[in-house]
This record gives sequence, C-alpha cells and structure tokens, in this order.
Amino acid sequence: MSDVTTVTALGGVSYEGLVKVSEAPLQGMITVRGDLGLHSVARAATELTKAEMPAPGTISVQGGNAIAWMSPDELLILCPYAEVPKAVLTMADTMAADFAMAADVSDARAMFRLEGAAVREVLAKLTPADLSPEACPVGCLRRSRLAQVPAAFWFSDAATAHVICFRSVADYVFALLKTAAQPGSAVGIG
Amino acid sequence: MSYRLRDRGRLIDRSDSISFTFDDKTYQGYAGDTLASALLANDQMLVGRSFKYHRPRGIVAAGAEEPNALVNLGHGARMEPNQRATTTELFDGLTALSQNRWPSLDNDVGAVNSYLSRFLPAGFYYKTFLYPRAFWKSVYEPFIRQSAGLGRAPEEGDADSYEHFHTHTDVLVIGGGVAGIQAAKTAAEAGAKVLLLEQTACWGGRTPVDGDMIDGTDASAWVTEQIAALEAMPNVTLRLRAMGAGVYDHGYVLGYERLTDHIPEAGGPRHRLWRIRAKQIITATGAIERPLAFAGNDVPGVMLASAVRDFQENWGVVPGRRMVVATNNDDGYRTALLLNAAGVEVLRILDARDTGGGALMQAAKEAGIRVDCGRGIGKVSGGKRVKHVQICMTNGTGGAMEDLDCDGVAMSGGWSPAVHLWSHAGGKLIWNEDYANFAPDLSRAPTGADGLPMVRTAGSASGWMELPGVLSDGVAAGVDAASAAGFSPAVSRPKVIETPTEAPMLPVWQMPAAADYRLKAKSWLDFQNDVKVTDVELAAREGFESVEHTKRYTTLGMATDQGKLSNINGLAVLAGALDTPIPQVGTTTFRPPYTPISMGAIAGEARGEIFQPVRKTPIHGWLDRNGADWEPVGHWRRPYAIVQRNETVHDAVMREVKNTRENVGLLDASTLGKLLVQGPDAGRFLDMLYTNMMSTLKVGRCRYGLMCSENGFLIDDGVVARVGQESWLCHTTTGGADRIHAMMEEWLQTEWWDWKVHVVNLTEQYAQIGVVGPKARLLLEKLGGMDLSAETLPFMAWADGKIGGIDVRVYRISFSGELSFEIAVKAGQGLALWEKLAVAGAEFGVMPYGTEALHIMRAEKGFIMIGDETDGTVIPQDLGLDWALSKKKTDYIGKRAQERRHMTDPNRWKLVGLQTLDGSVLPDGAYALGEGINANGQRITQGRVTSSYHSPTLDRGIAMGLVLHGPDRMGEVLEFPGTDNSTYRAQIVSPVFYDPEGEKQNV
Repeated sequence: MSDVTTVTALGGVSYEGLVKVSEAPLQGMITVRGDLGLHSVARAATELTKAEMPAPGTISVQGGNAIAWMSPDELLILCPYAEVPKAVLTMADTMAADFAMAADVSDARAMFRLEGAAVREVLAKLTPADLSPEACPVGCLRRSRLAQVPAAFWFSDAATAHVICFRSVADYVFALLKTAAQPGSAVGIG
Repeated sequence: MSYRLRDRGRLIDRSDSISFTFDDKTYQGYAGDTLASALLANDQMLVGRSFKYHRPRGIVAAGAEEPNALVNLGHGARMEPNQRATTTELFDGLTALSQNRWPSLDNDVGAVNSYLSRFLPAGFYYKTFLYPRAFWKSVYEPFIRQSAGLGRAPEEGDADSYEHFHTHTDVLVIGGGVAGIQAAKTAAEAGAKVLLLEQTACWGGRTPVDGDMIDGTDASAWVTEQIAALEAMPNVTLRLRAMGAGVYDHGYVLGYERLTDHIPEAGGPRHRLWRIRAKQIITATGAIERPLAFAGNDVPGVMLASAVRDFQENWGVVPGRRMVVATNNDDGYRTALLLNAAGVEVLRILDARDTGGGALMQAAKEAGIRVDCGRGIGKVSGGKRVKHVQICMTNGTGGAMEDLDCDGVAMSGGWSPAVHLWSHAGGKLIWNEDYANFAPDLSRAPTGADGLPMVRTAGSASGWMELPGVLSDGVAAGVDAASAAGFSPAVSRPKVIETPTEAPMLPVWQMPAAADYRLKAKSWLDFQNDVKVTDVELAAREGFESVEHTKRYTTLGMATDQGKLSNINGLAVLAGALDTPIPQVGTTTFRPPYTPISMGAIAGEARGEIFQPVRKTPIHGWLDRNGADWEPVGHWRRPYAIVQRNETVHDAVMREVKNTRENVGLLDASTLGKLLVQGPDAGRFLDMLYTNMMSTLKVGRCRYGLMCSENGFLIDDGVVARVGQESWLCHTTTGGADRIHAMMEEWLQTEWWDWKVHVVNLTEQYAQIGVVGPKARLLLEKLGGMDLSAETLPFMAWADGKIGGIDVRVYRISFSGELSFEIAVKAGQGLALWEKLAVAGAEFGVMPYGTEALHIMRAEKGFIMIGDETDGTVIPQDLGLDWALSKKKTDYIGKRAQERRHMTDPNRWKLVGLQTLDGSVLPDGAYALGEGINANGQRITQGRVTSSYHSPTLDRGIAMGLVLHGPDRMGEVLEFPGTDNSTYRAQIVSPVFYDPEGEKQNV
C-alpha cells in the first residue's frame, strides 16, 4: 500500500435539504467481466462478498459488501477499499481457468448517499428511470442517467438511496443533487 | 364600463384585499382574482394595443385562449413579456405594463397604422419590401425588426430556478373539469395509477359557472366531493396549475406546473416541467367558444359570451351595465340569463337564427329579456370602449335597423372542442355539421407502440356539448383507458348518447352574411395578429388555397395564442372565399406546447454551475488555484497554460516550453483514455484495431499505434503497453476515450462476438502525470523508490514501483522529445503525487505546463496531433506514417480502404514542415496557392497549414501542413494568403524541427 492518504473526489462533502446528500467515504469497487453463469465467476464474487449472486437488474447486499448486476456479462463488486488489491488477485486466481477478469475501479468512481423520505422524488427530478416503489423496489439497481451524465443507483430502504457516478463528474453530480433537494422544491407525490 | 358586482364571485375572497399596479398606476383586487378580473373590476377595459394596427384592445376571453390581454409582468430579473392577464393569478405587489404602445396605452403613436390599414393588407411586407434588393438588409429588415414583436425581451438573468420531474403513470388525465374528474375517478377505481392535471387554480372547469346540477347536487359541490374522494385514493395524484403542454409518441407527455407564479416570494422552483410516461392519456381539455366576425368585434367591451359569465360568476365582474348578447346558438342565452339574474341590464339578445333557440330562449323571454331573431350586429363603435351597437339582419349587407347605446357586448359563435393535445401525436379530426366544428375522429386516434390508441378524449373535448353526454363520456374514457392499461373496471362502459335539449346552432362566419368590404375590413378573425376577414379573402384571391399557406401569408393563427379563437373562423372564411366545403380546407397543424411555456422550465436544472457537466481530473483544483487558463477538451477542462502573475497567456506558454526543454515540466495527462483490453484473443483483436502489430509487443514494453476507421481514415493514436500475458493497456486521445471504447465494444459485440476479449475503461481509475525534461530523472530519483535508469527502464518500457512512497506505474514515453516519464497513480492519490513532485522539484526549476506547450513541443518534434493533422479525410500514408502500417498483417481495420485508388493516388497532399522566410507564424488553416482557376472559378490550391506555432525553442514560426507532392519538393517556397490581406511565404522543410536524431528523449 502507498504511504499517503487516499482521498475521495470531493473529500466527503454533504448537504441538507429535502434529503441529506453526502459523499460516501472510500469504497472498494471491482468490475468483473465474464459469463455470469460460470461457476468460477460466481464463486469469485460470492466468496469475497458473502453475498448471493444478484438477479438481473438487482444488487445483492451482505453487510458492507455487495454484488451488483451491471449487464449480462458484468458485475460490480462492492467491498472495503483497503481489501481491493488483494481481492482482485484472489478473484483473478479463482477465475484463472476461464475467460473472465476482475479490475479495480474504486478510484474511477464517486459515490453518494441520500437519506430522507423524499429520496425517490429527488432522484426523479434528474433521471428518466421509473423510480416508483413498484418499478424500482429496494434491491433493484438502475443504470440510467442523472441529468447529463451516466449514473447507477439503488434504494437500500424506504428512505435511503445510493448513487455511483464517474469521479470526474462528482462535482457536477453533487451540485445536481443539491439543486434537486433544494428547500421548497418538494413534489409531494408518493 | 366594467365593474364589480356585490354578490357574485365564487373564487374571490373579499376579506383579502390586494394591491397591484398596471402601467404604474395602483389598483386593488381580491385574493382569487386573475389580473384580468382585477383590471375589469377597476374599469380598466383597455389593456393593450394590437400587433399591427395598434388598435385598442380589451379582454375578450377568460382563460388560456385570451389573445389580447398580454402584459409585461414583473421587472428586472423577474420581468417576463407576453403574460396572459386571464391566467395570471393576482398577488400583492404584482406589477404589469401594457405592451406595444408608445408613449402610453391611451395615446399611442403607432395607432396611425390603423388609419393606414387599407395600405397594410395581407402580404404587405412581401409585396412592398421586395425591391430594391439591396434595401432589404440595411433598410427594411432593421425597420421591420424594430416594429415587430409584442413584448420586450428581458434584459437581466432570470432570478428564479426551475426543475424537471419524471414520472410514470397508468392513466394521465389532462383537464380537471367534470369530464376529466369523472374519467380520473373511473380509471382510479379500476385500480389504475392516475395523474390528473388541471391548468387553472381550481377544479371543475366551466360547469360550476353554468350552474348545472349533477347527481342532484349543484356542480360546484359535486366537484368538491369528487376531488375529496380522489385525494383519498393512494393511487391518484392531483395537480392544479399544471397544464398538459404537449403529447408525444410513446405516451410521452409534457406537463407544465406553475408553482410560484402566484406567490413569487415563496422560494423553491418557479416552474416544474413534468416529463410523463403514460400508458394511456385522456385529454379532457374542454371546448373553446368562437367569436363572431362583425365589424368592431375587437372594441374593448366585446367579449365571448362564456367569458362574460365566467367573469361574473367566478370573480363578480361584468364588462358593462347595459349589455347586448349576440349569438348563433342556445348557449349564448345562458349568459343573458345569468347577467339578468345578477341584475345587469340585458338590452337585447340578437339571435342570428330566424327561428331562434329552444328552451333557453323561452326562459330568457320569460325573464323579460327582449329577443330579436334573425338579427345580428352590423357594427360596434366606441373606440376604446363599446358605446353603440348597430343591429342588422343576419342575412343582409349590414344596413342598420337600429342603433343601441350600450357598454358591453357578449358574443357567441358556437363552440369548438380543444383538440390540440389530441392532435399533437397524430389524432385525426372529423367535421361535425351539427355544431360546425372539428371534433376528434375517435376511429383515428394517436396510437402507441402496439398500434392501439394511446390517447382518448373526454367530455367537450370529444365534441359533447351538453352535460349528460359530457359526464357519461368521462366515464367511458375512464373505462377505456383503464382497460387499455391492463385493469378491469368494475363499471361497464356507458354508451354515450346525447339527447339534444338545445335548438341547432347556425354557422355564422361573417355577420351579417353579405357584409360589404368596409364592414369586413373591420371584422377581426385573429385579434392578436390583426387578421381580418378581408385579409383571408385577399389571400384566397391571390391563390393561397392551402390553409397552411394562407396562415403564413396572412399570419392568421401564428401569434402566441396560436389561433385558439381564430382558427375555425379563419378557415371557414377561407372555405367560403374558395367556395370549398370546410372539411376539405382542413385545419392547420396543432403543435405543442398548448400555450407558451417558459424557457426556464425547458432548461430545468441545467443552468449556471450545472448547465453542462465539466469533467475534472484529481489535479484540476490545484491547477485552478495556480493560474490555469482553461480550455474545453470534450467535457474536460484542460489548462491551456498555467499563468503566473504579471505575464500574458502567450508569455506563459513560451516560458513553459522553455522550462520543460531546459529543466523539468509537469503535465496533467489524466484525461488520456486508458482502456484495459484482456483475454485470450486480446492480441489478435488489437492487431485488427491498430495499423501496426501489438500482439508481438513484450510484457513490460510500450508501442505507439494508430487506429483507422473502416474507411481507412486515421481516427486515433496513442501508446499501448502490454501489461500482462493476455492484457494490454491502450492509451487513447482525451476525446477518443469513450468513442474508442464504444468502437471496441461494437466490434466485439457485432463482428467478433466469439473472440474472447474483455474491455474495461480505466480512464478515471488513474491520474497520469507527465514528468518531462532533462531534469526529470533527477526529480524522480530525489523522491526515490524505484530504479529509473536508462538501463533498467529504457525508452518505451514501463515498470511498477513506488515513487515518494506512492504506488505507481511509470511509462517511459515521450511526446515532447525530452526525457519523459508518464506516471500513472490511483486517482485518489494523484494530487498527493503531483504535490510531492511540485515541492521536490523546486530545486530543479519544476513548473507545470499546459496543452499549448504540449502542442508546441510535439510540433517541434514533428509529431502529429489527431484533430490537427487529421480531419476525418486524412490517412496515415498522407502523414508519412507508413512505418506504422504493418506489412506482415493480412488485415487491420482500414487496410482494404487504404488500397482504394483514391487513397493510393500520388497526388494526395502529404505532410511536410513549413518555415516562413521571415520567421513569422503562418495563419493556422491557411491555403497554399497553386496556378490557375478551377471549374468553379476558384483559385487552385496546393496545400494547407494543419498546425502553426511560434517556437520559443527555435525563436521563430514553425508549422506543419499537407502539400501536393510535398516531401518531393523540399526547399520550395509556397505562398499562403492570410485573412489580414498579407501573403505569407514559407519554405517546405522536414516536419521535424528539433532533435531529429531523438538523442534528448533517449538518455
């Protein structure tokens, strides 16, 4: 490990409006590419996270770890930041016999946590995805956009949402979320 | 004169008095008033001047269809022109200015146009300003622009914020009148998720005004009860002040919610644009009453009959004390009856029909109102307010039979369903003879992706004109929409029938029917754009037979109201003039939005800081604090130069180049694309993507490569490093990262889907720092941690290690010709490494440099730049890059295209260096003159400048260019005319100006 402190894109900023928006601390993220039906791929992902393999379009959470289904041949593993370098090697070993790979993308991303009853409507100001509880229940992971940039998001309970975007647009996404959560802008639908 | 009644006004709160100004004069109104009702309550009947003739204009309608009462609302950062007084809710402190008048509304110089109206007919501009040709640009156009437009554009930035909101629903109901309410309730009871939008501030539409009974209770109470029931349902969302603005394909609808227009100091967004995806759409948009075309129908005090009773019942105001009602249908009698009941004197009902009306006429007669059948208005006079009405025979030429003194006229020309939203996405219309209107043709509805109807109408919008039909049509629409959205309504669909209780109306397109030119020339069709009956007839005579052409020639229906009142009357007059049936003439196209929506709502959150995403590297903040002069590169910002105090940007660039060549420079190269390509077939894949061989690259080594499109043109370049047995890291240009990633995925997913290759975009995982210059190694060795000697890490090699305690990967590559290390570091530690380098480098004279210094240094070395030397038409061979085209490979993308005859033509311009004789800088993009003139009469050219800079290293201008037979013409001098009227002379030289042997980078 390096001897200097690693920083997140925005140094842990936060904002309180209709909902509380805060940049998440360092988050380990590993991209896995490969046939999700391969035993080795599933084993690499589940042994690391202790979470179950997710169904398409969902995120499977276990404690501080998670496996997110990103596409028919891509997973995103969430785990503690410090464990990533070792985890990538272990996973690569597990999948060595197959056509599959793992790559550290922790630093390529920024992550935000939104808390408050209005999380769904705050995000619905920025994404065309259907965020109604029926269409996007807890555990569903949507890859869509927030205004003009790509983002992935999911709800972990009725009042908590998580957003992942690229690091270079962390500033933009934080400003978007602040604007969408500005006082006096509640939409007030279910 | 207009005034407020004591005992009417169901929407106003007389205990809450509000003050506002109009043309700087202060008035009082009540909470619940619109600006229009408050102006009328204060006898302000004159509210604006018409567009063309500057005629005095008053309020004619009570809602969104109002053409005249447009005001300039607010001031400064909240100023907005063309706001309709009838849909502007009054608030304390509202300020409004009338428009299109100078110096004042009462005394307007432009009114002289009215006397010249004979000389300003339809097509006046086209006919008059055609000659002399040269006058158009300098004389006519500025003059016309000066006098065009109603309101004035705001001059300050908008003080308010706006937002979008995306939502999905099963059934969207647009219009909160009784039909919309009925439809929403029916669909909601079937279990559908329902969104109900109403453009005004209250539910119920016009029905409560007319005082009808529903289910044994009065309409107002019924509405309250139904809304309460809907509010209690969890699957229903209700919105007031939310207009359905446009209906688009695939059930996409824009809703326009006005949140704070009526409470401007409330905070929060002013408007919200609802971006709705609906499975089914019900347009319950009601109907709009048509004016009658008689002379002087635009005099303030002449209003739509329905508007007269809206103003009376909703806000307790009436336009006059002595009213005349002119109608061609029974509905007009309702106005007379309500006026009479409120104690307003109704002098006469002029019914255009010889036999008059039905039960309502009887009721009027019984109430003691005099009814004249077969009569109409020949002319209204009075100037700024109604004073006299001339009564004439409906069928005559307008000879006055009687002159009445009166101060208000209510007119009803029949009703047209508001079919706009139905029509937006392709719903067709059908002519209804009974009501003389275009109604939705329900057999030709707008269809969704499944080919089935996605839009339905309800109530008057379907063409039902009496309450029982309206209500049962609401139920039917609710049942149909819920069923189509996949629900099973408990109630069955009622068969909608209407048993008419009213006598048939009589279409009247000109009153009187045989009016002479003098009367027709004062009979307005389009109030806002000043189009009269005579204009449309003239257009028809001049051959404008298509309604769309007539519209554009006369400007009928082209104003901000988009012809809500004028449309049917105008095309009926056109049909009459062409002697063609109305349905054959047809309507013009209905386009969104229904009424104008604010630009702010369209922009939503995208303004100021978040107008557009700006991508920032981990080092962005440091560069910004240290004087970066930014330039956009894609969505990134890169520093053009890092400017120190007391120097110009040019000085900074010169200093940065020199310092890098003499000492050491730091470059933030984080924006370069970094694509990890991995898998058993990765080498084979890269051999196809790059023109040169990548599969033979050894682990630990780097190679510069070129990428072409399948047409052979050079599209990207960069250094590829083999990072593992089956993995390569491909560097792309900054702008190429996403594009090349997408291209790789496309080939892998479509053509070579069975090749075992994965691509992961790691661009943002790493910050990348160029440490460049003769002292680069000294600096890195000072920080220490890894062996960077030429023996251990030769040119075009890479190694992993630590520098200054930070995990890094060092690439020994050079784009400047100097000793150079590109250091990749995890983004989260990018700034830390940069700062260590900046501090430790002080003793070596380290300075950051920007993109312009980078460009100059690469040009001094003769390195090409994608986007400068290439423009989508250039192949590697043009640039002398044949060495990078593998001869061993059987194929690569672009190879076959490069064998086409045009690509192998020896006359293709080729890359050379260009050096001005006097040391000056060639203009970028300048062309070299050849001999003679081409077939188009243009001077023959023989080359062009692709890059041009002042080189501080050589202290003169250097350039690269593509020149005909260039490499064979070394030493020849070419002429390049500049745009500054001077001609530059430059000699053809080698493109490598600096260190041709590459000794500097190889130490």
